[in-house]
Amino acid sequence: MMDRSEVLDILERHKEASGQLMSILESLQSKHGYLSQEAMELVAQETGRSLTDIYGVATFYKAFSLEPRGKHLISVCLGTACHVRGGPAIAEEISQQLNIEPGGTTPDREFTFETVNCLGACALGPVVVVDGHYFPKMTTSKVGEIIAKAKTGLDAVEIDTDKRVFPVEVSCAYCNHSLMDPHHMIDDQPGIRVTVSFEDKHGWFVLSSLYGSYKIESMNPIPRDMIMHMFCPHCHAELIGGAKCPECRAPMVPMIVRGGGVVQICARRGCKGHMLDLGGGTLE
Amino acid sequence: MVTLHINGLQVSQEKGTTLLEAAQFLGFPIPTLCHMEGLTPYGACRLCVVEIGEGPRARLVTSCTYPVEEGLKVRTASRRVIKARKMILELLLASCPQSKTIQDLASAHDVKQQRFKQEHEDCILCGRCVRMCEEQMVAKAIGFRGRGQDRSIGTPFDEKSEVCRLCGGCMFVCPVCELRCTYTDPDKAICGGCGNHSAVCLEKPQFDDMMCYMDPCVACEIENIKEIKED
Repeated sequence: MMDRSEVLDILERHKEASGQLMSILESLQSKHGYLSQEAMELVAQETGRSLTDIYGVATFYKAFSLEPRGKHLISVCLGTACHVRGGPAIAEEISQQLNIEPGGTTPDREFTFETVNCLGACALGPVVVVDGHYFPKMTTSKVGEIIAKAKTGLDAVEIDTDKRVFPVEVSCAYCNHSLMDPHHMIDDQPGIRVTVSFEDKHGWFVLSSLYGSYKIESMNPIPRDMIMHMFCPHCHAELIGGAKCPECRAPMVPMIVRGGGVVQICARRGCKGHMLDLGGGTLE
Repeated sequence: MVTLHINGLQVSQEKGTTLLEAAQFLGFPIPTLCHMEGLTPYGACRLCVVEIGEGPRARLVTSCTYPVEEGLKVRTASRRVIKARKMILELLLASCPQSKTIQDLASAHDVKQQRFKQEHEDCILCGRCVRMCEEQMVAKAIGFRGRGQDRSIGTPFDEKSEVCRLCGGCMFVCPVCELRCTYTDPDKAICGGCGNHSAVCLEKPQFDDMMCYMDPCVACEIENIKEIKED
Protein backbone atom coordinates (compact mmCIF):
# COMPACT_ATOMS: atom_id res chain seq x y z
CA MET A 1 0.00 0.00 0.00
CA MET A 2 2.70 2.43 0.93
CA ASP A 3 5.04 3.46 -1.80
CA ARG A 4 8.62 3.13 -0.59
CA SER A 5 9.94 5.59 -3.12
CA GLU A 6 7.49 8.25 -1.98
CA VAL A 7 8.83 8.05 1.55
CA LEU A 8 12.41 8.10 0.28
CA ASP A 9 11.57 11.13 -1.81
CA ILE A 10 10.28 12.99 1.24
CA LEU A 11 13.36 11.99 3.19
CA GLU A 12 15.58 13.23 0.38
CA ARG A 13 13.87 16.59 0.44
CA HIS A 14 14.53 16.99 4.17
CA LYS A 15 18.11 15.88 3.97
CA GLU A 16 19.64 19.36 4.15
CA ALA A 17 19.51 19.74 7.91
CA SER A 18 19.40 17.19 10.67
CA GLY A 19 16.72 17.29 13.32
CA GLN A 20 13.87 17.59 10.87
CA LEU A 21 11.86 14.73 12.25
CA MET A 22 8.73 16.82 12.71
CA SER A 23 8.72 18.12 9.16
CA ILE A 24 9.42 14.66 7.78
CA LEU A 25 6.47 13.25 9.69
CA GLU A 26 4.31 16.19 8.65
CA SER A 27 5.11 15.60 4.98
CA LEU A 28 4.41 11.90 5.35
CA GLN A 29 1.14 12.62 7.08
CA SER A 30 -0.03 15.05 4.42
CA LYS A 31 1.02 12.61 1.70
CA HIS A 32 -0.62 9.45 3.02
CA GLY A 33 -3.11 10.95 5.42
CA TYR A 34 -1.56 8.98 8.25
CA LEU A 35 1.71 7.55 9.48
CA SER A 36 1.96 3.88 8.70
CA GLN A 37 4.21 1.56 10.60
CA GLU A 38 6.27 0.77 7.50
CA ALA A 39 6.74 4.47 6.78
CA MET A 40 7.98 5.14 10.30
CA GLU A 41 10.29 2.15 10.18
CA LEU A 42 11.71 3.40 6.92
CA VAL A 43 12.24 6.87 8.39
CA ALA A 44 14.05 5.28 11.34
CA GLN A 45 16.25 3.25 9.03
CA GLU A 46 17.12 6.13 6.72
CA THR A 47 17.66 8.86 9.30
CA GLY A 48 19.43 6.62 11.79
CA ARG A 49 17.07 7.64 14.57
CA SER A 50 15.59 5.06 16.83
CA LEU A 51 12.06 3.95 16.07
CA THR A 52 11.26 4.50 19.74
CA ASP A 53 11.93 8.24 19.38
CA ILE A 54 9.95 8.52 16.17
CA TYR A 55 7.03 6.62 17.64
CA GLY A 56 7.20 8.82 20.72
CA VAL A 57 6.97 11.98 18.65
CA ALA A 58 4.26 10.56 16.40
CA THR A 59 2.07 9.58 19.34
CA PHE A 60 2.78 12.77 21.30
CA TYR A 61 1.34 15.22 18.79
CA LYS A 62 -2.34 15.11 18.00
CA ALA A 63 -1.63 16.37 14.50
CA PHE A 64 -0.21 12.95 13.65
CA SER A 65 -2.49 10.02 13.11
CA LEU A 66 -1.40 6.40 13.19
CA GLU A 67 -4.69 5.25 11.71
CA PRO A 68 -5.70 5.84 8.09
CA ARG A 69 -7.81 8.96 7.86
CA GLY A 70 -10.68 9.82 5.56
CA LYS A 71 -10.41 12.00 2.48
CA HIS A 72 -12.15 14.86 4.26
CA LEU A 73 -11.47 15.98 7.80
CA ILE A 74 -14.25 17.53 9.84
CA SER A 75 -13.20 19.16 13.10
CA VAL A 76 -15.77 20.47 15.53
CA CYS A 77 -14.54 22.93 18.11
CA LEU A 78 -15.55 22.12 21.66
CA GLY A 79 -13.57 24.90 23.32
CA THR A 80 -15.31 26.87 26.04
CA ALA A 81 -16.81 29.52 23.76
CA CYS A 82 -18.00 27.02 21.15
CA HIS A 83 -19.17 24.67 23.88
CA VAL A 84 -21.55 27.17 25.42
CA ARG A 85 -22.85 28.15 22.00
CA GLY A 86 -23.88 24.64 21.13
CA GLY A 87 -20.74 22.87 19.87
CA PRO A 88 -21.69 19.53 21.47
CA ALA A 89 -25.07 19.49 19.69
CA ILE A 90 -23.28 20.00 16.36
CA ALA A 91 -20.79 17.27 17.16
CA GLU A 92 -23.68 14.98 18.02
CA GLU A 93 -25.44 15.81 14.74
CA ILE A 94 -22.34 15.14 12.65
CA SER A 95 -21.77 11.94 14.59
CA GLN A 96 -25.27 10.80 13.72
CA GLN A 97 -25.20 11.82 10.07
CA LEU A 98 -21.86 10.15 9.43
CA ASN A 99 -22.61 7.35 11.85
CA ILE A 100 -19.18 7.54 13.48
CA GLU A 101 -17.90 8.57 16.87
CA PRO A 102 -15.53 11.54 17.24
CA GLY A 103 -12.06 10.39 16.24
CA GLY A 104 -13.52 7.83 13.86
CA THR A 105 -13.40 7.43 10.10
CA THR A 106 -16.30 6.33 7.93
CA PRO A 107 -15.90 2.81 6.48
CA ASP A 108 -15.72 4.24 2.93
CA ARG A 109 -12.74 6.41 4.04
CA GLU A 110 -14.57 9.56 2.97
CA PHE A 111 -14.75 11.40 6.28
CA THR A 112 -12.77 11.59 9.47
CA PHE A 113 -14.58 13.33 12.26
CA GLU A 114 -12.82 14.75 15.28
CA THR A 115 -13.45 17.20 18.05
CA VAL A 116 -10.82 19.76 18.99
CA ASN A 117 -10.45 21.75 22.16
CA CYS A 118 -10.04 25.21 20.71
CA LEU A 119 -9.36 26.54 17.25
CA GLY A 120 -8.65 30.05 18.47
CA ALA A 121 -11.60 31.40 16.53
CA CYS A 122 -13.88 31.85 19.51
CA ALA A 123 -15.61 34.93 18.07
CA LEU A 124 -16.89 32.75 15.22
CA GLY A 125 -18.25 30.04 17.49
CA PRO A 126 -19.51 27.46 17.22
CA VAL A 127 -16.90 26.68 14.58
CA VAL A 128 -16.61 23.68 12.31
CA VAL A 129 -13.57 23.24 10.08
CA VAL A 130 -13.84 21.06 7.02
CA ASP A 131 -10.67 20.47 5.02
CA GLY A 132 -9.21 23.74 6.23
CA HIS A 133 -12.35 25.77 5.48
CA TYR A 134 -13.91 27.48 8.48
CA PHE A 135 -17.65 27.47 8.94
CA PRO A 136 -18.55 30.07 11.54
CA LYS A 137 -21.73 30.24 13.65
CA MET A 138 -22.71 26.68 12.84
CA THR A 139 -26.14 25.25 13.46
CA THR A 140 -27.27 21.64 13.41
CA SER A 141 -29.43 22.35 10.35
CA LYS A 142 -26.35 23.36 8.33
CA VAL A 143 -24.54 20.08 9.01
CA GLY A 144 -26.07 18.12 6.14
CA GLU A 145 -25.33 20.87 3.67
CA ILE A 146 -21.70 21.11 4.72
CA ILE A 147 -21.15 17.37 4.51
CA ALA A 148 -22.60 17.37 0.99
CA LYS A 149 -20.40 20.32 0.05
CA ALA A 150 -17.30 18.61 1.38
CA LYS A 151 -18.00 15.61 -0.84
CA THR A 152 -18.03 17.72 -4.00
CA GLY A 153 -14.87 19.48 -2.91
CA LEU A 154 -14.62 22.67 -0.94
CA ASP A 155 -11.72 23.88 -3.03
CA ALA A 156 -14.16 24.64 -5.84
CA VAL A 157 -14.20 28.40 -5.81
CA GLU A 158 -17.31 30.48 -5.49
CA ILE A 159 -16.39 33.28 -7.83
CA ASP A 160 -19.28 35.58 -7.05
CA THR A 161 -18.96 35.54 -3.28
CA ASP A 162 -15.30 35.09 -2.53
CA LYS A 163 -13.47 38.40 -2.59
CA ARG A 164 -10.07 36.75 -2.36
CA VAL A 165 -10.55 35.42 -5.86
CA PHE A 166 -9.82 37.75 -8.76
CA PRO A 167 -8.78 37.23 -12.37
CA VAL A 168 -5.23 38.05 -13.44
CA GLU A 169 -3.99 38.66 -16.95
CA VAL A 170 -0.50 37.42 -17.52
CA SER A 171 2.12 37.48 -20.25
CA CYS A 172 5.37 35.70 -20.99
CA ALA A 173 8.31 37.00 -18.96
CA TYR A 174 10.59 36.74 -22.01
CA CYS A 175 8.62 37.95 -25.06
CA ASN A 176 5.85 39.77 -23.14
CA HIS A 177 3.29 38.13 -25.40
CA SER A 178 -0.05 37.63 -23.62
CA LEU A 179 -0.64 34.07 -22.42
CA MET A 180 -4.40 34.53 -22.15
CA ASP A 181 -6.48 32.23 -24.30
CA PRO A 182 -10.02 33.62 -24.88
CA HIS A 183 -10.99 30.42 -26.68
CA HIS A 184 -10.35 28.28 -23.68
CA MET A 185 -12.52 29.34 -20.77
CA ILE A 186 -11.92 28.06 -17.27
CA ASP A 187 -14.07 29.31 -14.36
CA ASP A 188 -15.86 31.44 -17.00
CA GLN A 189 -12.65 33.38 -17.58
CA PRO A 190 -10.09 33.14 -20.35
CA GLY A 191 -7.48 30.58 -19.33
CA ILE A 192 -3.71 30.96 -19.19
CA ARG A 193 -2.26 28.79 -21.91
CA VAL A 194 1.28 27.46 -21.87
CA THR A 195 3.07 24.49 -23.35
CA VAL A 196 4.07 21.89 -20.86
CA SER A 197 6.48 19.01 -21.03
CA PHE A 198 7.28 16.27 -18.59
CA GLU A 199 8.97 12.92 -19.10
CA ASP A 200 8.56 12.38 -22.87
CA LYS A 201 5.17 14.06 -23.07
CA HIS A 202 4.57 17.43 -24.57
CA GLY A 203 1.31 19.35 -24.92
CA TRP A 204 -0.86 22.29 -24.07
CA PHE A 205 -1.82 23.17 -20.57
CA VAL A 206 -4.40 25.74 -19.49
CA LEU A 207 -4.69 27.18 -16.01
CA SER A 208 -7.53 29.13 -14.52
CA SER A 209 -6.70 32.81 -14.55
CA LEU A 210 -8.53 33.29 -11.28
CA TYR A 211 -6.08 33.97 -8.51
CA GLY A 212 -7.17 31.51 -5.83
CA SER A 213 -8.58 28.86 -8.16
CA TYR A 214 -6.47 25.82 -8.93
CA LYS A 215 -8.42 24.44 -11.87
CA ILE A 216 -6.40 23.26 -14.82
CA GLU A 217 -6.95 21.48 -18.10
CA SER A 218 -4.23 19.59 -19.85
CA MET A 219 -3.74 17.67 -23.11
CA ASN A 220 -1.88 14.90 -21.31
CA PRO A 221 -2.97 13.78 -17.88
CA ILE A 222 -0.27 14.89 -15.48
CA PRO A 223 0.52 12.64 -12.56
CA ARG A 224 0.44 14.23 -9.11
CA ASP A 225 3.75 15.62 -7.87
CA MET A 226 5.26 15.62 -11.35
CA ILE A 227 7.49 18.66 -11.80
CA MET A 228 6.53 20.18 -15.15
CA HIS A 229 8.51 22.35 -17.51
CA MET A 230 6.40 25.17 -18.86
CA PHE A 231 7.14 27.01 -22.08
CA CYS A 232 5.75 30.12 -23.69
CA PRO A 233 3.63 29.05 -26.70
CA HIS A 234 4.86 32.10 -28.60
CA CYS A 235 8.60 32.43 -28.10
CA HIS A 236 9.09 28.84 -26.82
CA ALA A 237 11.32 30.03 -24.00
CA GLU A 238 11.09 27.99 -20.84
CA LEU A 239 9.23 29.87 -18.13
CA ILE A 240 11.58 29.40 -15.26
CA GLY A 241 12.99 31.71 -12.64
CA GLY A 242 15.40 31.32 -9.78
CA ALA A 243 12.79 31.08 -7.04
CA LYS A 244 11.94 27.86 -5.21
CA CYS A 245 8.43 26.96 -4.09
CA PRO A 246 7.93 27.90 -0.43
CA GLU A 247 5.88 24.73 0.04
CA CYS A 248 7.84 22.03 -1.72
CA ARG A 249 11.11 23.53 -3.04
CA ALA A 250 10.24 22.82 -6.67
CA PRO A 251 11.13 25.54 -9.20
CA MET A 252 8.64 28.37 -9.62
CA VAL A 253 7.21 29.48 -12.94
CA PRO A 254 7.17 33.29 -13.28
CA MET A 255 4.64 35.22 -15.38
CA ILE A 256 4.23 38.97 -15.83
CA VAL A 257 0.95 40.36 -14.52
CA ARG A 258 -0.62 43.01 -16.67
CA GLY A 259 -0.64 46.26 -14.76
CA GLY A 260 2.68 45.50 -13.11
CA GLY A 261 4.02 42.72 -10.95
CA VAL A 262 4.92 39.06 -11.22
CA VAL A 263 2.99 35.96 -10.29
CA GLN A 264 4.90 32.76 -9.69
CA ILE A 265 3.31 29.34 -9.50
CA CYS A 266 4.83 26.08 -8.39
CA ALA A 267 5.83 23.72 -11.20
CA ARG A 268 4.86 20.68 -9.17
CA ARG A 269 1.48 19.26 -10.09
CA GLY A 270 -0.84 19.35 -7.11
CA CYS A 271 1.25 21.80 -5.12
CA LYS A 272 -0.54 25.04 -4.39
CA GLY A 273 2.56 27.08 -3.74
CA HIS A 274 2.41 30.46 -5.41
CA MET A 275 3.62 33.99 -4.93
CA LEU A 276 2.12 37.21 -6.18
CA ASP A 277 4.23 40.34 -6.26
CA LEU A 278 2.31 43.38 -7.47
CA GLY A 279 5.20 45.76 -7.08
CA GLY A 280 4.30 46.30 -3.45
CA GLY A 281 4.28 43.53 -0.84
CA THR A 282 4.34 39.83 -1.61
CA LEU A 283 1.19 37.78 -1.26
CA GLU A 284 1.70 34.09 -0.62
CA MET B 1 33.79 27.04 42.66
CA VAL B 2 30.33 28.26 43.56
CA THR B 3 29.45 29.18 47.12
CA LEU B 4 25.91 28.80 48.38
CA HIS B 5 23.99 28.28 51.59
CA ILE B 6 22.09 25.09 52.28
CA ASN B 7 19.96 25.20 55.43
CA GLY B 8 22.17 28.02 56.67
CA LEU B 9 25.41 26.14 56.10
CA GLN B 10 27.85 27.60 53.65
CA VAL B 11 29.20 25.18 51.08
CA SER B 12 31.44 25.52 48.04
CA GLN B 13 30.80 23.22 45.12
CA GLU B 14 32.12 22.75 41.61
CA LYS B 15 30.15 24.60 38.96
CA GLY B 16 27.61 22.25 37.42
CA THR B 17 26.93 20.29 40.59
CA THR B 18 23.25 19.88 41.34
CA LEU B 19 21.59 21.04 44.54
CA LEU B 20 20.87 17.40 45.33
CA GLU B 21 24.54 16.48 45.20
CA ALA B 22 25.49 19.54 47.23
CA ALA B 23 22.91 18.73 49.90
CA GLN B 24 24.00 15.11 50.02
CA PHE B 25 27.60 16.26 50.35
CA LEU B 26 26.57 18.10 53.50
CA GLY B 27 24.55 15.13 54.66
CA PHE B 28 21.09 16.63 54.30
CA PRO B 29 18.74 13.87 53.26
CA ILE B 30 16.57 14.56 50.23
CA PRO B 31 14.24 11.79 49.15
CA THR B 32 14.42 10.82 45.48
CA LEU B 33 12.53 8.46 43.27
CA CYS B 34 13.23 9.12 39.61
CA HIS B 35 16.83 10.07 40.35
CA MET B 36 19.45 7.40 39.94
CA GLU B 37 23.18 7.61 39.89
CA GLY B 38 24.49 6.91 36.41
CA LEU B 39 21.39 8.22 34.69
CA THR B 40 20.80 11.79 33.59
CA PRO B 41 18.74 13.85 36.05
CA TYR B 42 15.15 13.95 34.93
CA GLY B 43 13.05 15.85 37.48
CA ALA B 44 9.93 13.81 36.88
CA CYS B 45 8.86 12.62 40.33
CA ARG B 46 9.30 16.03 42.04
CA LEU B 47 10.05 14.30 45.34
CA CYS B 48 13.42 16.02 45.64
CA VAL B 49 11.91 19.51 45.71
CA VAL B 50 13.74 22.11 47.77
CA GLU B 51 12.93 25.74 48.40
CA ILE B 52 15.25 28.37 46.96
CA GLY B 53 15.28 32.14 47.23
CA GLU B 54 13.82 34.26 49.98
CA GLY B 55 10.59 35.98 50.91
CA PRO B 56 7.89 36.22 48.28
CA ARG B 57 10.32 35.12 45.58
CA ALA B 58 11.00 31.79 47.25
CA ARG B 59 10.07 28.88 45.04
CA LEU B 60 10.23 25.13 44.86
CA VAL B 61 12.61 23.51 42.40
CA THR B 62 13.67 19.95 41.82
CA SER B 63 17.09 19.66 43.39
CA CYS B 64 18.16 16.83 41.07
CA THR B 65 18.07 19.10 38.02
CA TYR B 66 18.91 22.49 39.53
CA PRO B 67 22.58 23.48 39.30
CA VAL B 68 24.28 25.30 42.16
CA GLU B 69 24.25 29.09 41.90
CA GLU B 70 26.45 31.67 43.56
CA GLY B 71 24.87 32.97 46.76
CA LEU B 72 21.79 30.76 46.48
CA LYS B 73 19.88 30.12 49.70
CA VAL B 74 18.46 26.62 49.79
CA ARG B 75 16.16 25.03 52.34
CA THR B 76 15.84 21.29 52.02
CA ALA B 77 13.22 20.70 54.70
CA SER B 78 11.17 23.85 55.13
CA ARG B 79 7.49 23.58 55.99
CA ARG B 80 6.56 24.27 52.40
CA VAL B 81 8.93 21.59 51.10
CA ILE B 82 7.63 18.97 53.53
CA LYS B 83 4.03 19.82 52.62
CA ALA B 84 4.79 19.50 48.91
CA ARG B 85 6.60 16.20 49.39
CA LYS B 86 3.76 14.76 51.42
CA MET B 87 1.30 15.74 48.75
CA ILE B 88 3.45 14.15 46.05
CA LEU B 89 3.68 10.97 48.08
CA GLU B 90 -0.06 10.96 48.52
CA LEU B 91 -0.52 11.25 44.79
CA LEU B 92 2.02 8.48 44.19
CA LEU B 93 0.19 6.29 46.69
CA ALA B 94 -3.04 7.02 44.88
CA SER B 95 -1.65 5.62 41.64
CA CYS B 96 0.72 2.86 42.76
CA PRO B 97 -0.01 1.63 46.29
CA GLN B 98 1.68 -1.71 45.62
CA SER B 99 5.16 -0.22 45.36
CA LYS B 100 7.31 -0.94 48.37
CA THR B 101 9.57 1.97 47.47
CA ILE B 102 6.67 4.40 47.58
CA GLN B 103 5.21 2.86 50.72
CA ASP B 104 8.56 3.13 52.46
CA LEU B 105 8.90 6.75 51.43
CA ALA B 106 5.36 7.44 52.64
CA SER B 107 6.13 5.85 55.99
CA ALA B 108 9.36 7.76 56.30
CA HIS B 109 7.53 11.01 55.65
CA ASP B 110 4.73 10.27 58.03
CA VAL B 111 2.03 10.27 55.38
CA LYS B 112 -1.13 9.31 57.23
CA GLN B 113 -3.82 9.71 54.63
CA GLN B 114 -4.48 9.31 50.95
CA ARG B 115 -7.28 11.58 49.92
CA PHE B 116 -7.46 10.84 46.19
CA LYS B 117 -9.29 8.31 44.10
CA GLN B 118 -7.49 5.03 44.59
CA GLU B 119 -6.05 3.54 41.44
CA HIS B 120 -3.80 0.59 40.86
CA GLU B 121 -1.48 1.67 38.08
CA ASP B 122 1.65 -0.25 37.31
CA CYS B 123 3.74 2.75 36.28
CA ILE B 124 4.44 6.20 37.69
CA LEU B 125 6.21 7.38 34.51
CA CYS B 126 9.41 8.19 36.38
CA GLY B 127 11.36 7.31 33.24
CA ARG B 128 14.07 5.35 35.04
CA CYS B 129 13.70 2.37 32.73
CA VAL B 130 13.69 4.57 29.63
CA ARG B 131 16.92 6.26 30.68
CA MET B 132 18.45 2.97 31.78
CA CYS B 133 17.72 1.42 28.39
CA GLU B 134 19.05 4.39 26.48
CA GLU B 135 22.00 5.52 28.56
CA GLN B 136 23.39 2.42 30.21
CA MET B 137 22.29 -0.30 27.82
CA VAL B 138 22.50 1.90 24.70
CA ALA B 139 19.51 0.11 23.26
CA LYS B 140 16.58 2.56 23.24
CA ALA B 141 14.16 -0.31 23.04
CA ILE B 142 11.53 1.41 25.15
CA GLY B 143 10.38 4.99 25.29
CA PHE B 144 7.54 7.26 26.23
CA ARG B 145 4.46 7.08 24.07
CA GLY B 146 1.42 9.31 23.84
CA ARG B 147 0.79 12.25 26.06
CA GLY B 148 -1.19 13.40 29.04
CA GLN B 149 -3.27 10.71 30.62
CA ASP B 150 -2.54 8.39 27.71
CA ARG B 151 1.21 8.55 28.29
CA SER B 152 2.78 5.18 28.68
CA ILE B 153 6.13 3.47 28.41
CA GLY B 154 6.76 0.65 26.00
CA THR B 155 8.11 -0.41 22.66
CA PRO B 156 6.89 1.17 19.39
CA PHE B 157 3.62 -0.40 18.25
CA ASP B 158 3.74 -2.68 21.31
CA GLU B 159 5.77 -5.09 19.28
CA LYS B 160 8.69 -7.16 20.45
CA SER B 161 11.71 -4.93 20.06
CA GLU B 162 14.57 -5.92 17.82
CA VAL B 163 17.08 -3.88 19.81
CA CYS B 164 16.05 -5.22 23.21
CA ARG B 165 18.59 -7.68 24.59
CA LEU B 166 16.32 -8.80 27.42
CA CYS B 167 18.87 -7.50 29.92
CA GLY B 168 16.20 -6.80 32.48
CA GLY B 169 17.78 -3.47 33.38
CA CYS B 170 14.44 -1.73 33.07
CA MET B 171 12.85 -4.01 35.64
CA PHE B 172 15.87 -3.78 37.90
CA VAL B 173 15.63 -0.01 38.21
CA CYS B 174 11.84 0.19 38.35
CA PRO B 175 10.57 1.47 41.69
CA VAL B 176 7.08 0.17 41.06
CA CYS B 177 7.06 -3.20 39.35
CA GLU B 178 8.38 -5.07 42.31
CA LEU B 179 6.87 -7.42 44.80
CA ARG B 180 4.69 -5.71 47.27
CA CYS B 181 6.02 -5.96 50.79
CA THR B 182 4.21 -8.94 52.20
CA TYR B 183 3.03 -7.36 55.34
CA THR B 184 0.07 -5.41 54.14
CA ASP B 185 -3.52 -5.59 53.19
CA PRO B 186 -3.53 -5.07 49.43
CA ASP B 187 -6.67 -2.95 49.44
CA LYS B 188 -5.31 -0.47 51.91
CA ALA B 189 -3.69 2.54 50.30
CA ILE B 190 -1.20 3.24 53.05
CA CYS B 191 0.52 0.12 54.18
CA GLY B 192 2.25 1.60 57.17
CA GLY B 193 3.99 -1.74 57.63
CA CYS B 194 7.18 -0.10 58.60
CA GLY B 195 5.46 1.99 61.21
CA ASN B 196 3.67 -1.10 62.49
CA HIS B 197 4.94 -2.25 65.82
CA SER B 198 4.72 -5.93 65.11
CA ALA B 199 6.86 -6.20 62.02
CA VAL B 200 7.86 -9.55 60.58
CA CYS B 201 11.29 -9.39 62.07
CA LEU B 202 9.79 -9.19 65.53
CA GLU B 203 7.44 -12.10 65.05
CA LYS B 204 10.02 -14.34 63.47
CA PRO B 205 13.19 -14.03 65.50
CA GLN B 206 15.20 -16.03 62.98
CA PHE B 207 15.47 -12.81 60.93
CA ASP B 208 18.00 -10.63 62.62
CA ASP B 209 18.22 -6.94 61.79
CA MET B 210 21.00 -7.61 59.30
CA MET B 211 18.56 -9.54 57.16
CA CYS B 212 15.69 -7.12 57.53
CA TYR B 213 14.29 -6.30 54.13
CA MET B 214 12.04 -3.58 55.45
CA ASP B 215 14.79 -1.02 55.67
CA PRO B 216 14.36 1.83 56.69
CA CYS B 217 11.86 0.22 59.03
CA VAL B 218 12.55 1.03 62.65
CA ALA B 219 9.97 -1.29 64.17
CA CYS B 220 12.54 -3.32 66.05
CA GLU B 221 14.15 -0.27 67.51
CA ILE B 222 10.81 1.07 68.66
CA GLU B 223 10.15 -2.32 70.24
CA ASN B 224 13.51 -2.14 72.01
CA ILE B 225 12.71 1.30 73.37
CA LYS B 226 9.38 0.01 74.60
CA GLU B 227 11.05 -2.89 76.37
CA ILE B 228 13.53 -0.59 78.00
CA LYS B 229 10.72 1.65 79.22
CA GLU B 230 8.76 -1.29 80.59
CA ASP B 231 11.82 -2.44 82.48
